[in-house]
Amino acid sequence: MSVNRRKVLKGAAATTAVLAMPSIIRAEETIKLGSILDTSGIFDLYGKPMDKAVDMAIDEINSAGGVAGRQVEKVAYDTQSDMALYTQYGQRLARQDKVDVVHGGILSASREAIRPTLRKNKVLYFYNVQYEGGVCDRNIFCTGITPAQQAEVLVPAAMEKWGKKVYVLAADYNYGQITAKWIQHYAKQAGGEVVQVDFFPLDVADFGSTIAKIQDAAPDMIMSVLVGGAHLSFYRQWAAAGMNTKIPMASTTMGAGNEQVVLTKEEGDGIMLAYSFSKQLETPANQGFLERWKTRYGATDDVHELAVATYQGVHLWAEGARKAGSVERDDVIAALEGGAAFDGPTGRISIDPKTHHATFDVHLVEVKDQKMAVQKTFVQRPPVDTQTVCNLEENPNDTTQYEIDI
Amino acid sequence: MDFAAVVVMEICYAIAVLVLISTGLAVIFGMMRVINLAHGEFLTLGGYAAIMSNQAGLNIYLSILVAAPLAAAIFGFLVERLIVRFLYGRLINTMLATWGLSLAMIGGFSMIFGNTTTGITTPISGFAVGKYQISGYNLFVIAIAALVIGGVYLILKISRAGLVARGAMQNPEMAQAFGYNTSRVYMFTFVAGSALAGLAGGVMAPLVGINPAAGAAYIAKAFITVISGGTAVISGTLASAGLFGFVSQTFTFLATPVVGEIALLFAAVVLLRLLPTGITGRFLKDKV
Repeated sequence: MSVNRRKVLKGAAATTAVLAMPSIIRAEETIKLGSILDTSGIFDLYGKPMDKAVDMAIDEINSAGGVAGRQVEKVAYDTQSDMALYTQYGQRLARQDKVDVVHGGILSASREAIRPTLRKNKVLYFYNVQYEGGVCDRNIFCTGITPAQQAEVLVPAAMEKWGKKVYVLAADYNYGQITAKWIQHYAKQAGGEVVQVDFFPLDVADFGSTIAKIQDAAPDMIMSVLVGGAHLSFYRQWAAAGMNTKIPMASTTMGAGNEQVVLTKEEGDGIMLAYSFSKQLETPANQGFLERWKTRYGATDDVHELAVATYQGVHLWAEGARKAGSVERDDVIAALEGGAAFDGPTGRISIDPKTHHATFDVHLVEVKDQKMAVQKTFVQRPPVDTQTVCNLEENPNDTTQYEIDI
Repeated sequence: MDFAAVVVMEICYAIAVLVLISTGLAVIFGMMRVINLAHGEFLTLGGYAAIMSNQAGLNIYLSILVAAPLAAAIFGFLVERLIVRFLYGRLINTMLATWGLSLAMIGGFSMIFGNTTTGITTPISGFAVGKYQISGYNLFVIAIAALVIGGVYLILKISRAGLVARGAMQNPEMAQAFGYNTSRVYMFTFVAGSALAGLAGGVMAPLVGINPAAGAAYIAKAFITVISGGTAVISGTLASAGLFGFVSQTFTFLATPVVGEIALLFAAVVLLRLLPTGITGRFLKDKV
């Protein structure tokens, strides 16, 4: 390396600048929050708003005085929708950047790629995404909604309104299969029956024969657990056949990626959903959140369930650290297990100590004019699915992801 | 009885979709021996053209039947003039070039339209067959596919332009000796194939919705149909689309869509093992 006058001056200037800074924002004094998300590639529809949510939450935490008197700094990596990069960046966050906490991961595969690394390096991990449930690990907090939390309120409500015969359409991978099981479970409990469950690979885009088969079975309602862009065709073809006015539909997946805006009013109207977040939730906390998002990013079109869960996940971690007065992993875990909570856009969110999953409000919503109109709120729903298999108070060393057998 | 009608209708629809998505490819491959790996993206382009022009206020039928093929034709013209015409007769090179083109187009779509699925509502409402409800738009797709295949047949068989085109493909030197500009003929054929791809994309857009990588869902099926059909553009496409559409839908009804797809691929493998040059390599040899 050659040393010249220009480089020396640059270095000297930078050093002076650092020394002149007030000690509170000097790099070694800040808390490092690792963020690992797909902000490019095929999952960027989910990842980009989540990344914005992390930035917004950190800024709010900092302007409220930070955590334990220290400011929070984001160390972010874009995993480009590539599972291999999760392993690489997960290692880097834990070993090289030595972050205090990691938030991120979108697909279950990405979570499983970094979970062991973070546990081994004793770095606390928050996974803030709707997923299939069952992860039992003391080092992780899963703050997203799980199948039973949706199905538990959605299935009985839909059956009461529409009838007892249910036809289930689900994406053919673990999320779809597990959710389909929970739907069957709650349908039976409510005295109804599931007449048929059809699974579809993620790239199936032609549902003509399925629509004919559904009519042959003549159910009272459809439960859709379809996932992704190709499956979106189902709602279009269903409406094109004129079936949307004949057999009503409920879904645990539609709307998570703002599908209600992609579909037209005619195609989406009347579909019943259950989520923790809806833009149409008229609470001051939610409207304030959307207002701040709009001021910061210009529009709220891209806000979705996953972004809000991420926003709340970061705040929940901060609440835990504040209560503990430290960002040490074990202190934060103890504080969150001890009932630290955050009052966010969706209502109060806290941690269930046995499962490290979240308890929060679930709202029954109906799609109307491309919006999610809130019909009813079910307050403080615990993660009942993971609770059937996981007890971290008894087995703190558990690291399994259970396949919940109902 | 009603159910049988619905099944027949769905089989016809499946065949119509295969015919639509593969005719453009069949024209370009069957006549010019150019494998256009960007065919799926030409479909996507047509889909976007239909959606965008409809959102800009154009009548939906004009968007689907005029704007979509027109956009793809213009783009096909540029592609032929700037890339493909330098590569005629070099099969591998055209594959590489059009594959690169397809990647560039996917990237371009993502930049322009964003990495999301967009769509438009189908213009035709459903109707009832007995106690079953059927998509009216499916009938429209079947009608368009019939018109397309009939139109291409008539042009190739009856019109002078079709005769010249077939002559130029069979024996370029002879055609040139007769005073026909073969480079011109190639250009028009490529543009026609592109327009057909665009039309297919436009017709499918209301049913499936379009995203930058939507072409990938069709390219494999289009290729299987064309390769299994063999060199004859019309009879080959019709024969293989008929076979595969029937097989996949029958198994879809008997089991699930997954089994339907497997059955289609299995049928293709068996067929190409027995008839390596495609259906028209053995039967219907001297047909168009």
